[in-house]
Amino acid sequence: MEALLLYSAFNGLIVGIFYALMALGLSLILGLNGVINFAHGTFMALGGYVAFTIEPYVGFWGSLVVAPLLCVVLGVVVERILIRPLYGRDPLFSLLLTFGLAMIMEDLIRTIWGSIGQPFALPNYLNSPLSNSLFFLTGYRVVLILITALVTGALFAVLRYSRIGIRIRAGNADLETISAMGVNIFFLRAANFGIGIFLAGVAGILAAGQLGLSPSIGSQLIMPSFVAIIVGGVGSLLGSVLGGLIIGIASGITAAFFPVAQEVVIYVIMAVVLVARPRGLFGQEGLFE
Amino acid sequence: MSSSIETKPQAARHVNTNGRVAASAIIWVVLLFVPLWLPMVGGYTDLATRALIYAIAASGLNLVLGYTGGLSFGHAAYFGLGAYGAGLCLIYIAPSLPLAILAGTVLGGIAGILVGPMAMKRKGIYFAMITIAFGQMFYFIAVRWNGLTGGEDGLTGFSRVPLHIGAETIPLGADRFYYVVLALFAVVMAVIWQILRSPLGHSFVAVRENTTRLRFLGVAVDKQIWVAFAISTFITALAGALNAMLTGFASPDNLGWQLSGSFVVICVLGGMRSFWGPFLGAIIYIVAQDYLSSITQNWMSFIGLIFVLAVLFFPQGLLGFIKGRARS
Repeated sequence: MEALLLYSAFNGLIVGIFYALMALGLSLILGLNGVINFAHGTFMALGGYVAFTIEPYVGFWGSLVVAPLLCVVLGVVVERILIRPLYGRDPLFSLLLTFGLAMIMEDLIRTIWGSIGQPFALPNYLNSPLSNSLFFLTGYRVVLILITALVTGALFAVLRYSRIGIRIRAGNADLETISAMGVNIFFLRAANFGIGIFLAGVAGILAAGQLGLSPSIGSQLIMPSFVAIIVGGVGSLLGSVLGGLIIGIASGITAAFFPVAQEVVIYVIMAVVLVARPRGLFGQEGLFE
Repeated sequence: MSSSIETKPQAARHVNTNGRVAASAIIWVVLLFVPLWLPMVGGYTDLATRALIYAIAASGLNLVLGYTGGLSFGHAAYFGLGAYGAGLCLIYIAPSLPLAILAGTVLGGIAGILVGPMAMKRKGIYFAMITIAFGQMFYFIAVRWNGLTGGEDGLTGFSRVPLHIGAETIPLGADRFYYVVLALFAVVMAVIWQILRSPLGHSFVAVRENTTRLRFLGVAVDKQIWVAFAISTFITALAGALNAMLTGFASPDNLGWQLSGSFVVICVLGGMRSFWGPFLGAIIYIVAQDYLSSITQNWMSFIGLIFVLAVLFFPQGLLGFIKGRARS
């Protein structure tokens, strides 16, 4: 019983990591760009597929760096051409635009890589369990947790200490003022969008190794990421991460004991949070509204 | 600035009254004879029925989206619940068409009444996010509750039953069913028209234009949004029920996020600020979808492209565009 609980909670944690990485990027973009990036999931899927294609040439570790960067290039181009004209307009339009973009990209992925799922080859030394008693703890899962911790830590460090990070936080508080102080907010928003897409790309590769690749993987993972943001608290990056982990673990445990409700439980948690604590677990009252 | 916003629609209404009546009359006459003229131009009646059903759904959504300014991106949930409710009623309760349509409408509407207050805890883009997420909840309930809903394969095993009026039994072919849908479309449009002319409808628009001021005036804004949301989900659920009767099938896709987005883009394409906008958008969307899916496998890309182009070049919608030209 305890073993099953531990095992299912850990499975949930792994999936929760993907939710958390996605929610982190979405939250960043939501904050400074004021855009719900519905195409975030397809950027994530793209990261996985690009890594799948370039892995034979650059290896797993190489693809982990190169594929997200390629996603960032595409993301910044999209931001520059399609999203920038929509800043300051009704958020309806950016949401619809990224919605359409998600449909186009998912369809293109299906056309290029096929609609059947693809296995993502991992280095052999990552695939075996570390010990017999903890059979669910493969090397890959440890690496996955470490990389996520590293990326998240690096992001928080950048936001806390680097000049661009400080500007991003300042822009979240008052974009007009930092613009008047001479900060190029167009560059800042592009950079912020790029960082968000980078996180999506990393999540895509990590998820490809764990869950395999399918064209709809992005739209499967983006919905719980929305919930993660709402549960964690709008405007709180830490909240988004913890929200992702919480709903991941809850879904994992439910999958073991009451499998039919493994997805629905996520939305039930959201409903409970909205009723009991509308600003979310870590959100500030009245922020971004 | 604010005074020009307030006076403009009034002035426009004065000038265009005759034109509007004539335009409405033309629309109804054209709709009345669809089964006659549509096959001549290469269409088929079911296509028009589907366009009307989407027009009902989008007109319902537009009460929230266009009039109160709430970004509901989860309206397919209520469309789908309408479809499942109607199908389940036919299978388990009674083979009656009016009862099935009523059951679907009520099921979706009740879900909307329940979700409304929770979604309204947040405004703006967060309202959009929450409505999307609740839509997904209903999607997964439909997919996972295999025994009742048929899971991923969708709900089958029912068909469009004949209409019983008194002792008469009227089988519903494609043309007759079109007229059933057209009659309900007319009822829905009349109801929306009446709502928009009533104080309630004015309060919806006031919510969109200046929520703070409305609060100062002592209006319970949240209640108004809730009422708008609930009415709109009933209307969208009615469309879902009709769709299940049209196809003889309720699919999880009826609840999916792609369809929710499609309803929104239909409103935007036609013109969110116009009474006939969603109707016009539905025709464009359904015809484009029917044509694209017949010529290419990648029709989803093209639908997505419609989203992108509508946002970048047509944010006022077709009717907004025409009105803008007429005014200037």
